[in-house]
Amino acid sequence: MLNAALRLNSHLFDDDVEQIAIRSGFGDGLVRAGETSPLVVVLSGDLTESAQALAFKKKFPDRFVELGVAEQNMASVASGMAAMGKIPFITSYAMFSPGRNWEQVRTTIAYNDRAVKIAGSHAGVSVGPDGGTHQAIEDIAITRVIPRMMVICPCDAIEARKATEAAVWTGTPVYLRLARNKTPVMTTDDTPFEIGRAQTVWTSAAPTVGLVATGALLHKALLAARALHDDGVDVEVVNLSTIKPIDEESLIALAKRTGRLVTIEEHQIRGGMGSAVAECLVRHFPVPMEFIGVDDRFGQSGTPEQLIEYYGMGRDAIMVAVHRVLER
Amino acid sequence: MLLTGHQRIALEAMANAIRQSIIEMLVSAGSGHTAGPLGMADVFTVLYFHTLRHDPSNPAWEGRDRLILSNGHICPVLYATMAHAGYFPTEELNTLRKFGSRLQGHPHREFLPALETSSGPLGEGLSQAVGMAIADAMDKKAGERRIYCLMSDGELEEGQTWEAGMLAGKWALHNLVALIDRNNIQIDGFTENVMPLEPLADKWRAWKWHVLEVDGHNVAAIAAAFDEAKSVYEKPTMIIAHTIPGKGVAEFERDFHWHGKPPDAEQGEMALRELRATAQQISSEPE
Ligand SMILES: Cc1ncc(C[n+]2csc(CCOP(=O)(O)OP(=O)(O)O)c2C)c(N)n1
Ligand SMILES: [Mg+2]
Repeated sequence: MLNAALRLNSHLFDDDVEQIAIRSGFGDGLVRAGETSPLVVVLSGDLTESAQALAFKKKFPDRFVELGVAEQNMASVASGMAAMGKIPFITSYAMFSPGRNWEQVRTTIAYNDRAVKIAGSHAGVSVGPDGGTHQAIEDIAITRVIPRMMVICPCDAIEARKATEAAVWTGTPVYLRLARNKTPVMTTDDTPFEIGRAQTVWTSAAPTVGLVATGALLHKALLAARALHDDGVDVEVVNLSTIKPIDEESLIALAKRTGRLVTIEEHQIRGGMGSAVAECLVRHFPVPMEFIGVDDRFGQSGTPEQLIEYYGMGRDAIMVAVHRVLER
Repeated sequence: MLLTGHQRIALEAMANAIRQSIIEMLVSAGSGHTAGPLGMADVFTVLYFHTLRHDPSNPAWEGRDRLILSNGHICPVLYATMAHAGYFPTEELNTLRKFGSRLQGHPHREFLPALETSSGPLGEGLSQAVGMAIADAMDKKAGERRIYCLMSDGELEEGQTWEAGMLAGKWALHNLVALIDRNNIQIDGFTENVMPLEPLADKWRAWKWHVLEVDGHNVAAIAAAFDEAKSVYEKPTMIIAHTIPGKGVAEFERDFHWHGKPPDAEQGEMALRELRATAQQISSEPE
């Protein structure tokens, strides 16, 4: 059942659960960040509305810089602004930032130790009809390998807002991974959030499998958990929205409680969140694991729902993976 | 070679038919880009129905000219033109952006092998075209086939474009012809407000390109520019085509809000009515 301590959205299993785009929660968080710190500045690469910098731009026009279609320049300009004391957020699509500008992010931001925040919208295949070029499914892998970089993939718009506000104060580079499309709101204003802290959202008295999800697919994991419960299989579901620094303690405890894990992410299996979980458990408490994610393929056009199903990341695919890991 | 009056009218009629297809496919897709594709319909028509050496029934023909679309988001005009040229049935156009379609939201060679490159992320086309042109220069094939690259003005803000431009100038790639859709818009507004590009022609001249400027809606002028490029032997040629975003549908013209949204069914009907009326006028023009 849902973990009451987290004060989750009580309608999250309803068919008409409220849906808000995760990226728009980032946009709200950006305005709040601007209100709490005058040092916050926002940079845009000709995607001001779509990458959700528009509200900030309207409210703080003097703290907004338009760079045009120039993501590499944007990353390094932000580094320069951080060097002078600003707290820059760079905004674009994940494929281009931190995709195209990866080496600028690595050298001029992380290597230089500049606390630039990278907001990548349109992560995952759920971008939909734009097709594979615009669906970033490698971004967790390429950011989490960069020293000093924090990597956060919020599960819904509210968590994205909180993560954005929290990112201001880390003193480090942060990658915020955001999705384009409307997805179910699972948390509430009262749900606690802390960078680096995994949360158990679905509990069972005697769970036999732990589901670790990041991003909007947490909702599919919860749907799977409820259906599995009805079939007599009890699982625990964890929201791992901070992928780096990874919450080793919680993951090891989960592995000890359940003995088996399934990781769930809208990303390549190779190098993603599941890999990060495996790296942790292999060292401290190895257990059988299955990975839900994209299996070494590129995305393509389709509706978000079609693509989630096609790439094997829907509720049923999660349930199959749970049964598979139970048979091992 | 100047166009005859008959050829000019045939090209204008084809560009009009392509615009109608663009509207129909966008309405059916429910997402996609309107302004750029409509604005580039005349250039695509001249290329596929006049300038390019290609064989729609044999897209893999080695001797074909290569056409690289760098600004992949305007692919509705590419797909519509290819369909009208015979690469695939026009009925397939209404599968645009749908699951399993060969007509991906941004061009993807894996789905449609007749495409020379996949694109969508901006600023990468010219480098690939330069690579093709260099390879042909190495193989002494520069006289046999030409490399064409179509670009947008907004994507010139990507530094990679200028890296490619310098290299093409260094190699004096006369087998390379690039064309910029100078429509003055991008997503966040008018290009000169977002990031001033002018003096644009001077920039390419400084990188040792032969630069031409044309009215991107005058098929005869476009054809003449591509012909002139063939006679330039010491430089790559850059054609700056001045176009009107949304060209052909008054309500869509010159408005950057139409960069990345499709017409709804009603707007689509309105647009088709206007385009059909234009088609009538074209067919009654004196040769
Ligand atoms: C590298 C990269 N960054 C950002 C984008 C998102 N994007 C798509 S089209 C576009 C506007 C570019 O301007 P232009 O090509 O001149 O637009 P048009 O004239 O067709 O409206 C942007 C920023 C992209 N496709 N690629
Ligand atoms: Mg433009």
